[in-house]
Amino acid sequence: MPKLRSAPELEELRKVIVSKRDPNKLCFTVCSGTACLAIGSQKTFAAFEKELERPGLKDTVELKATGCPGFCEQGPIVVVYPQEVCYLHVQPEDVAEIISQSMKGQIVERLLYVDPVTRKAISRESDIPFYQYQKRLILGNNRLIDATRIEDYVALGGYEALAKALIWMTPEQVMAEIEKAGLRGRGGGGFPTARKWKSTRDAPGEPKYVIVNCDEGDPGAFMNRALMEGNPHSVLEGLTIGAYAMGSHEGFIYVRQEYPLAAENIAIAINQAEDYGLLGKNILGSGFDFIVKVHKGAGAFVSGESSALMNAIEGKVGEPRPKYIHTAEKGLWDKPSCLNNVETWADVSFIINNGADWFATIGTEGSKGTKIFSLVGKVNNTGLVEVPLGTPLRDIIYKIGGGVRGNKKFKAVQTGGPSGGCISEQYLDSPVDFDELTKLGAMMGSGGMIVTDEDTCMVDFAKYFVHFLSEESCGKCVPCREGLNHMLDVLTRITEGRGQASDIQLLEDLAKMLKGASLCALGQTAANPVLTTLRYFRQEYDAHINEKRCPAGICKDLIAFYIEPDKCQACLVCARNCPADAINGGKNIIHVIDQSKCIKCGTCFDVCPPRFGAIKKISGEPVPAVVPEQDRVIQRKG
Amino acid sequence: MVTDNIKADVNKINHILAGYKGESNLLIQVLLEIQKEIRWLPKEGLLRISQELNVPLRQVYHAVTFYKAFSLIPKGKYTVTVCMGTACHVRGSPRILDRVAQTLGINPGETTADSKFSLETVACLGCCAMGPVMVVGDVYHGKLSLDQVGRILDSYN
Repeated sequence: MPKLRSAPELEELRKVIVSKRDPNKLCFTVCSGTACLAIGSQKTFAAFEKELERPGLKDTVELKATGCPGFCEQGPIVVVYPQEVCYLHVQPEDVAEIISQSMKGQIVERLLYVDPVTRKAISRESDIPFYQYQKRLILGNNRLIDATRIEDYVALGGYEALAKALIWMTPEQVMAEIEKAGLRGRGGGGFPTARKWKSTRDAPGEPKYVIVNCDEGDPGAFMNRALMEGNPHSVLEGLTIGAYAMGSHEGFIYVRQEYPLAAENIAIAINQAEDYGLLGKNILGSGFDFIVKVHKGAGAFVSGESSALMNAIEGKVGEPRPKYIHTAEKGLWDKPSCLNNVETWADVSFIINNGADWFATIGTEGSKGTKIFSLVGKVNNTGLVEVPLGTPLRDIIYKIGGGVRGNKKFKAVQTGGPSGGCISEQYLDSPVDFDELTKLGAMMGSGGMIVTDEDTCMVDFAKYFVHFLSEESCGKCVPCREGLNHMLDVLTRITEGRGQASDIQLLEDLAKMLKGASLCALGQTAANPVLTTLRYFRQEYDAHINEKRCPAGICKDLIAFYIEPDKCQACLVCARNCPADAINGGKNIIHVIDQSKCIKCGTCFDVCPPRFGAIKKISGEPVPAVVPEQDRVIQRKG
Repeated sequence: MVTDNIKADVNKINHILAGYKGESNLLIQVLLEIQKEIRWLPKEGLLRISQELNVPLRQVYHAVTFYKAFSLIPKGKYTVTVCMGTACHVRGSPRILDRVAQTLGINPGETTADSKFSLETVACLGCCAMGPVMVVGDVYHGKLSLDQVGRILDSYN
């Protein structure tokens, strides 16, 4: 295809693409993000392809595999345009009906979202409360775009911001606009983006590099994956604008290998942008050159740290460098380098297109714009949620998230990844922005938001994070390597019932040492999960240490499963499912768990029919004596 | 027999390396490609990589042992990866892992005697809404329950 040589040529291309499209044409979109693929959206898509092969259908309707709209809980999701009818959990066998009804202008009621409160079915996607309360600036286009087709992005005004920046603005003006917008880094620290860009621009040395960090290592966060998979051009466009502002001509995109689809889609996007002349030499006739390369990670959490990531791109081991050398001055190959998160880069084109003043109207005093959170864990509507910064936690969890699953009681929300913190119910009305979360002892991080309920043990939860971080610590500095291991030892013994009264003080001392003496942010923030759970859930630590009891019934060494003889109906379900063969009993013989064999996996607890509810989890008290043999026979009437 | 296999693997490695002579900064990318192709990184192969890319063997070994994606012993035909991310954790992934380990008779990091399955854990697959998640080969299985584990693994027999 001919390369675009000017901004008017881009505009002309957009017009041609749009003119060929009929907005009233029936269009079926199937979410093809990794999460929907995990529950079979490929099969649903294939069923559509097959059905649409029938004569006459191909020209009248359109089929599109789109990016993740964020409502992962309900996938595979199919949206039918132009009416924007949203169908959930769509299986291959539903496809024929959806097509035939849609062609008649009818709706398949049984596949609609049903509001759990009003019991009313909702057909329009944007009327579903999960979407209604969001402000989907960055994520919104995912559902309209086939990521492998640059034309889809251009049709929506893609690369207009790039044209505006390259043709009508000087690099200084771009920089000023980003500064005025008050954009802060979305990857964790919330550092002002313009300040980072300026340091890179002003640092001596050539060439300068710009880098996209898509090493989304925080467990529980997947917004970068969704953006990279679903709308890679929005990231590329922002990156190119940033490169122009900083005077860089080479960029890198670092994608973790756990995200194969993201790596694939961004590579396709780069090729297509090059074909159109939106990357490469003399972009849009502006005289500005810029190329981008993709590098895959190989599985190491610490590689997401900026200096470690740069080591990894150089082909070395992804370990952090000493922090007194700033990567803005000496980064990749010791040249000035600017690294930003996927979401930060994606924000750039919105700011250039709509202006800094517009951007600054969204959010709070110190935190501008929107932020994507991955709302997961024990919440009804799990998925990706984009809201203006400053939205209260309670709105996110209850209005958008639909509250805690299974009518359980909310316990805490964990934000900021493994180095973040747990926030308890009393702080749910706090606005979510960079500064408020830090005040609560947690942090924004990359935007993971994990909701826990009464069945989560907070000591075990803290242990989980410390275990994660101790595994991921690169081992280069002693405080992080040894401190985390020591902390893990202490937490392990508490959860195993061997905790001592002095352990709390010991944990606090270790936390202080980690914070003060670690080389990089991994170690410096590693104690946050422990400190926040100690701060808000101290009583759970005390129960483990003093009463040898796990209030949530999670810590295996402190719990036992027991079959209540008066409730057991000898149905054999638990005995058949027990993987350890620890349940003895027979037909009409009350079942008993052999405590010496029990591996406390909880299977019996899960499979015992709810109408019997005979399995009891006990903690902090002895297991009742076994029923004498002669009393175990159930006498049934008739 | 074993050496024949290694020879065949080294040949494949040589083939891959042909396109990367002297490209020391692509070490990780080359290792990923080789790991994907032959499912391990034999000692003889590391030597070849070191020579071809012009990277000290020490540095190659450092990378191989640092990153989770690499293995110095042959991996099974199917890698079963259980996600241990936070969202999966609160939805019971430790129990899923126990069940997979029990069903396959191996611990994480190990491979079954018939070289069919390797068991791995991963920090997060980014399918948090689908938790608990496990991947067999390249097929994702979401919203897992304990009793599905056996059925899914059986389907590979």
